[in-house]
This record gives sequence, C-alpha cells and structure tokens, in this order.
Amino acid sequence: MTALAESPELALVDLLDRLLAGGVVLTGDITISLADVDLVHVSLRALISSVHTLVREAGDA
Amino acid sequence: MLTYLYAIGRVPLEPPDRPGVDAEPPRVIVEDGFAAVVGSVAPARFDEAALAHDLEDLRRVEELARAHHRLVAALPGDGPVAPVRLATIYRDDDGVRRLLRERATELGALLDRLGTCREWGVKMWSPPRPAADAQPVPADAERPGTSYLMRRRAARDADAHRRAQGTELAEHVHRTLSRLAVAARRLAPQDAVLSGRTEEMLLNTTYLVRREDEAAFTAAVAGAGASGAEIVRTGPWPPFSFATVDDP
Repeated sequence: MTALAESPELALVDLLDRLLAGGVVLTGDITISLADVDLVHVSLRALISSVHTLVREAGDA
Repeated sequence: MLTYLYAIGRVPLEPPDRPGVDAEPPRVIVEDGFAAVVGSVAPARFDEAALAHDLEDLRRVEELARAHHRLVAALPGDGPVAPVRLATIYRDDDGVRRLLRERATELGALLDRLGTCREWGVKMWSPPRPAADAQPVPADAERPGTSYLMRRRAARDADAHRRAQGTELAEHVHRTLSRLAVAARRLAPQDAVLSGRTEEMLLNTTYLVRREDEAAFTAAVAGAGASGAEIVRTGPWPPFSFATVDDP
C-alpha cells in the first residue's frame, strides 16, 4: 500500500502517533463486556504513559 | 493459539507476503463479504499478562508497531482497507467472525469512507530563533538601565511576534492542506524526547487524501516549505488515523 513501508527512516515517533492512537478500536477502555468474552484487552492509555516514562528514564540514565 | 487482527477489508483480499508480529504468516478470515487479515500468535507472548509486561518495554513496542505497520502497509491498495489498532487480539477465529457479522454496518460504512485514500502526515516547526534581534535598540550611554530594559522588551516582543507569525502560518498551511483532503486530524504535539526536536512544534497534522489529489497535496506541502518554517511530510501511511468506528 505504501512506498515508504520499508524505509528505515520511518521514525518511531511518527509510527507511534498512528499505531497507538489510530486504527479501528474494536473495544473501548470502558467496554469490558466484549473484552471479557473474547478480546484480550490492553489499555493503550497506560501504554502511552509508560512509553513516556520509559523514554524519560532512559534519558536520565 | 490466539488470533491477532491487523486489518479489515472486503473480499477478495490476499494476505501479504510479510511475517506478522509473532513472525507468523498472515492469513485471511472471510465472513459476510468482509476479509479480516489475521495471524495466529502464541499465547505465551500475546495473552493479556504477556502483553501487559511486554508493552512496558519501548523496544518491544517498537518491534510490534513496526511489524504491524509493515504488514498492513503491504496490503494491496486497490480496495479499501481499515487498519486495526495495535494489539487487538481475539481468543480464536470465531471471535473475529462474530465481529465481522455484528459490526457489519459500521465496518461497511468505514470502508466506504476510506475508499483507496491514503494518509499523509505533516509536521512543522518554528524556525530557529535568529542570533541577533532584527531591530536592535541602540544603547543609550547616558541611561544604561533604560536601554537595557528597552532591549529586553524588544527581544520579548520579537519572540511573541515570531510565535504569532508561526502559529498563523501553521493555521494557513493546515487550512490549505485540509481543502485538498477528504478529512484532516490534529495529532498531539510530539514528545521532544521521542522526536529529538527542541523547537516548538507548530503543526502535527495528518490528512486523508484521494489518490488523484496526492500530486496537488504534495505540491502544496512543498509550497508551504518555501515560507521559511521547517515542514516535513510523512507517508503515504495506511489510513490509521481515520479508521475509526463508534463504539456500539
């Protein structure tokens, strides 16, 4: 689909802008009924904050 | 095995020749005219506990994000494809089939809306602050305190002016590009640590653009770059930022 898909310069920050905040969300953080039945649910909000924390820690080290 | 969902399109849709997030070969689940691109992934690495642990590790997140993106980006572009959010995992294929049946209306509407449009990102930063003020206030030898304050004020005014000009230019660029796009979205300003840029980010926007408008769109971005501010275009991306359905 995209010409730049294999580009090594694809910056992680641009990728995360889209991969963590975009894409069809098939269950929300609150909609747990579906998740309980058949969806493994990962809270992406928690993920994003952990990414920031990790990067800061790496920067401090 | 668990079923990792990458993207949803319409039949016929061939799985791409790229390994997935668990190095697995992707396959397609067909239901009701929809085609879901999935992979079988190991519960040891992709159940809730394993993911919760792995997603704390930025390198692991990067691996997953790159593999997920690579696979979705390799899907044929001749029909609409809706990318699914990273780490959307079902217990089995039946869960995906049920999704395709139960959400058929919204998914159909989403695919119609996306068409074969692609996503293009635009980032813009304010130009670096000039070394000297544009209009320095001459020092007054008789009143050094006053001239110091005047220089301070002139520098502050110049900063504010530059910032206002940058914002105005960014809004102008965004309006111009939005007119060439089917849809536009503002993304959060990028974290300076992740982006490695310390200048003020004036724009972090992304646009859903029809194939036939891509040439005009890229020309408009290039034109905006001639204005002095630094502008960077990324893409084409699969339409991640525009693949949204309302929760049931």
